[in-house]
Amino acid sequence: MTPRVLDPGTIAFLIILAVAAIGVPLLNLATQDSSALHVPTYLMALFGKYVCFALLALSIDLIWGFCGILSLGHGAFFALGGYAMGMYLMRQIGGRGVYGNPLLPDFMVFLNWKELPLAWWGLSSFPYAVLMVLLVPGLLALVFGWFAFRSRVTGVHFSIITQAMTFALLLAFFRNDFGFGGNNGLTDFKDILGFNVQADTTRAALFAISCVALALGYVVCRVLVSSKFGMVLIAIRDAESRARFLGYRVESYKLAVFTISACMAGVAGALYVPQVGIINPGEFSPANSIEAVIWVAVGGRGTLVGAVAGAILVNYAKTTFTSGPLAPYWLFLLGGLFVGVTLWLPRGIFGTIAHWRAFRRSRLAEADASDASASAKPLAAE
Amino acid sequence: MSPGRRRLRALFVATFAVLLTLVLTSPTFADAFDDALANFFTNSYADTEVGVTALAAAGDFRAAPVLKALQDGKLAVDPSSRRVLIEDGVAWRDAASGAAMSPAPADLKRVRLNNRLRRAVDAALGALTLRAPDPARRLEAAQAVFKSRDAGALAAVDAALAQETDARVKAALADARAAILITSAEAPEAARIEAVAVLRERGDQSALALLGSLPPGTPAILQRAADSAASAIRGRLQVWEAVQNAWYGLSLGSVLLLAAIGLAITFGVMGVINMAHGEMVMLGAYTTFVVQEAIRQKAIVLSLPGTDIGVILPLPAALTLDWSLPIAVPLAFVVTGLVGILIERSVIRFLYGRPLETLLATWGISLILQQAVRTGFGPTNKEVSNPSWMSGAFEIGQLAITWNRLWILCFSLATFALLLTMLRWTRLGLEMRAVTQNRSMAAAVGIRTARIDALTFGLGSGIAGIAGVALSQIDNVSPNLGQSYIIDSFMVVVFGGVGNLWGTLVGAFTLGIANKFLEPFAGAVLGKIAILVLIILFIQRRPRGLFALKGRAVEA
Amino acid sequence: MELRTTPTLLYLDAVSVSFDGFKALNGLSLTIAPGEMRAIIGPNGAGKTTMMDVITGKTRPDEGEVVFDGSHDLTTLDEASIAVLGIGRKFQKPTVFDSHTVEDNLRLALAGDRRARTAVAWRESAAARERIGAILDTVRLKGARQKLAGSLSHGQKQWLEIGMLLAQDPKLLLVDEPVAGMTDAETHQTAELLRTINAEKTVVVVEHDMTFVRALGVKVTVLHEGRVLAEGSIDQVSENERVVEVYLGR
Repeated sequence: MTPRVLDPGTIAFLIILAVAAIGVPLLNLATQDSSALHVPTYLMALFGKYVCFALLALSIDLIWGFCGILSLGHGAFFALGGYAMGMYLMRQIGGRGVYGNPLLPDFMVFLNWKELPLAWWGLSSFPYAVLMVLLVPGLLALVFGWFAFRSRVTGVHFSIITQAMTFALLLAFFRNDFGFGGNNGLTDFKDILGFNVQADTTRAALFAISCVALALGYVVCRVLVSSKFGMVLIAIRDAESRARFLGYRVESYKLAVFTISACMAGVAGALYVPQVGIINPGEFSPANSIEAVIWVAVGGRGTLVGAVAGAILVNYAKTTFTSGPLAPYWLFLLGGLFVGVTLWLPRGIFGTIAHWRAFRRSRLAEADASDASASAKPLAAE
Repeated sequence: MSPGRRRLRALFVATFAVLLTLVLTSPTFADAFDDALANFFTNSYADTEVGVTALAAAGDFRAAPVLKALQDGKLAVDPSSRRVLIEDGVAWRDAASGAAMSPAPADLKRVRLNNRLRRAVDAALGALTLRAPDPARRLEAAQAVFKSRDAGALAAVDAALAQETDARVKAALADARAAILITSAEAPEAARIEAVAVLRERGDQSALALLGSLPPGTPAILQRAADSAASAIRGRLQVWEAVQNAWYGLSLGSVLLLAAIGLAITFGVMGVINMAHGEMVMLGAYTTFVVQEAIRQKAIVLSLPGTDIGVILPLPAALTLDWSLPIAVPLAFVVTGLVGILIERSVIRFLYGRPLETLLATWGISLILQQAVRTGFGPTNKEVSNPSWMSGAFEIGQLAITWNRLWILCFSLATFALLLTMLRWTRLGLEMRAVTQNRSMAAAVGIRTARIDALTFGLGSGIAGIAGVALSQIDNVSPNLGQSYIIDSFMVVVFGGVGNLWGTLVGAFTLGIANKFLEPFAGAVLGKIAILVLIILFIQRRPRGLFALKGRAVEA
Repeated sequence: MELRTTPTLLYLDAVSVSFDGFKALNGLSLTIAPGEMRAIIGPNGAGKTTMMDVITGKTRPDEGEVVFDGSHDLTTLDEASIAVLGIGRKFQKPTVFDSHTVEDNLRLALAGDRRARTAVAWRESAAARERIGAILDTVRLKGARQKLAGSLSHGQKQWLEIGMLLAQDPKLLLVDEPVAGMTDAETHQTAELLRTINAEKTVVVVEHDMTFVRALGVKVTVLHEGRVLAEGSIDQVSENERVVEVYLGR
């Protein structure tokens, strides 16, 4: 039988998230700087970043953990969502830029452009920007996935071409004439929906919204994986041809889940940008995408909570390491993490726990069955 | 009279005239020189110009210093003694005898120049160097005239042309003559049409420019001839451009082949997704650096870090940087091959049959290797120099080929051939193919499959290291070197068809050439993006690449 | 191409497939009548699995006709559509969904809506539950209902896969080497199971094991080098000189 959407684990996770969404902003805004309970703004921004990464990890887990599709280009969807939001924020600067042009962002004035490129139209409107945050990554995933899944590009071949995809976008976004700020990307944001992006209250709100987005993403994933849709995804992961010969149109399932996942990554990117205050082509770098994959691997692919925990854990370690004297050794640790997890903890932290519990349950079920009907014991069993 | 005969007669007349001039002028060299100098005393620009032209025509060895001095404003006349003097540092010398004049005469008058005169001096000097004893200088002078196409130099060019024996200088002189004739409205039409033919023969961009810039009032027949010559040149230049692009493409293809060839073994033959492949290339490049460093120090320094225990092995002085690559190639193969075997034994062998996990683990290894090199050698680029036999360039027609690119092309093909031979004819190659085709069967006939796995991976890594030696010659040697090749390498292998070495060869050169032919239209970056997009589309049309193996065996 | 209406359930005519110059099928013609059980034997490389691939849409034939149920041209359809039409296939190597329970494996196989967009809102009917129970009985896996399929023994997996085929409710079952790696007792039971299934469905069995084929006691088709070499009862074909030659070598 398919599991319930709101199992105890999910409820616990949602409660923790709710506590964080309310508690962290509260401890930031309502306490004195000197108070022991005070959460400084930089820390809140850092947590906000982790939450966005957790959403990205969730989106990767949905396709990799449940459908066996390893995308090494999910950073591209994250960055595209980020760029859509960044463009909205750029348009909000208006006449307050260095050059004071009411329509064109500074970098366009600097490049001596006279008109706003087509891609930038309408992005002064927030609802339109939100639409683009979902639509652009979703559409790219739809088109890319349609080609790939229809031609049955699977396994590492798919991974490699997704990496090539994000690499191509990286090269494109580095170009000034591509119209998205080139090398420097988009930055110097002023306000979002009329609120100053630097203000503590805005940052608190962004943090809370990120938590809500993560919760929503989590619930969406739960709904998907606990339905028959999710059962088919796992079936495809385990034995793709069997699913196909049972009459399931594998490519439709893959395309659907890949597109949903890309939209989630886009939302994560869109929430990330106002909190870190910049988006540049570096976000498209293949190394970023593959790093996000290791978050999921550490936490445990195929377990949603594992993806979230892995993202937060690895990024916390990264922050701790790279800000201390051990900074040069971070890549050793990260590299070691890749090797160690694949060799010794292939199911990840939460995956190992879940497997162990499932194993026990299975043993108990077997014991029950043999007690109840000893005579009906399968003959083929050894 | 037919044009041919007319041309012949013109040539005959011209030759005769030149001969006559030579005969008439030769015995009167000295007089001509003195007569020419006489023109400098009148203090009139017109007379000075006559003098300059006469000096150039006189062909006396003393003429050049006089003109040079005039050009530099160091020429003066002493009206009282009727001597022409050249300022030489603080002293003055007589232009005719070369004798020093000290003390300097009191009422020296410097010979003045205006712009018109300055051009005349330049042309005269050019004409004089046209007859310099050194052919290289003559060539230079002829090329200078071609560029300036100064009508005043025509006589000098004609004279030089008649005497010239060196074929290259002769051709350059003919070009220069044609350049002058074609742009001068006064020249006879027949000579100008002849000039068009000469330029057409020359057939490069500057010839094209000359043909396109005829002065106004050019006769229609000449214009037509020029136009047809120009379009002929354009056509030929297009061919050369295509040849040039093809060469660049081959060159890029050879780099791609080098980068991908090791991957064709590890990924193509073994099916192991080695994301640390680029780092193997990087290690090979650093091996080259270490070898060159040892040669520069003339010693191998081996020491335990942090202690003063160590040995210094001196190297023979005869060992120059020219030997660095022959040493680095086998060394890099051994170093990266061993690193590869270590990786296979410690990590990859536990992950066979789990390609996605292998991908992640090897990515981790690539991060570790990068950081290790960054820690050991520093994050900056290391200087790796080209041996002398790899420096410089040569030309074929309009095509410039640098030696290092040519060597790398040959090297990549040689490596490929070697690998192919090895796989086909050696015992190890046979066992490798056996293991990759049917592991359990191979094991059953007594092949130690684990050993073969390690050796195959070592071979692929070693070849990546060799590639690194070659790539260190054209790329920056930095810890990030490998990263820039990894995606390209995978694209080549996947495009060519996994498991097929020939596919890798064709894939590398196809991508290289396609890239270079796209570049003129799209620019370097967009060209690369276009190639990536095309490969992505291609893989989706033919998921198994250009030379796919078909059938059940590969459809696991 | 005009499709002719045939009384047969499966009709293959002059089907050829080649891989890199190797002719896996070379003008294969075969007809299977509704309700029939047919055993297909042949040495390695005779084209048995390729034939299955062609019927189920995995491999497109270079030439020839493949018609199912009188009117469906299988050469133009993909695997999923062919499965939905009513052809079930059991692989040589048992392929089940390891991380699903036995029950869920059957649930996924059960005939019904296969579309992705309706799968999220899908709910199981009481009839479906009953049917799963019945199939579990048939393939003797009732006790393993909640076990993960990955933890089953080899023989149990083979049976589960056959159970999934039954759940799919196809008109035609293609069964590829069902008794490979089974004990004698299991082999015997499998033969029995297939006969039970044959009561309602048409079955094509590809098998190496001659004892098993003999136990089935049905019409046998011998394939060799991509075409039919002989057809008839097991006794007839085993007396056929050419069959003996092919199997024993010259």
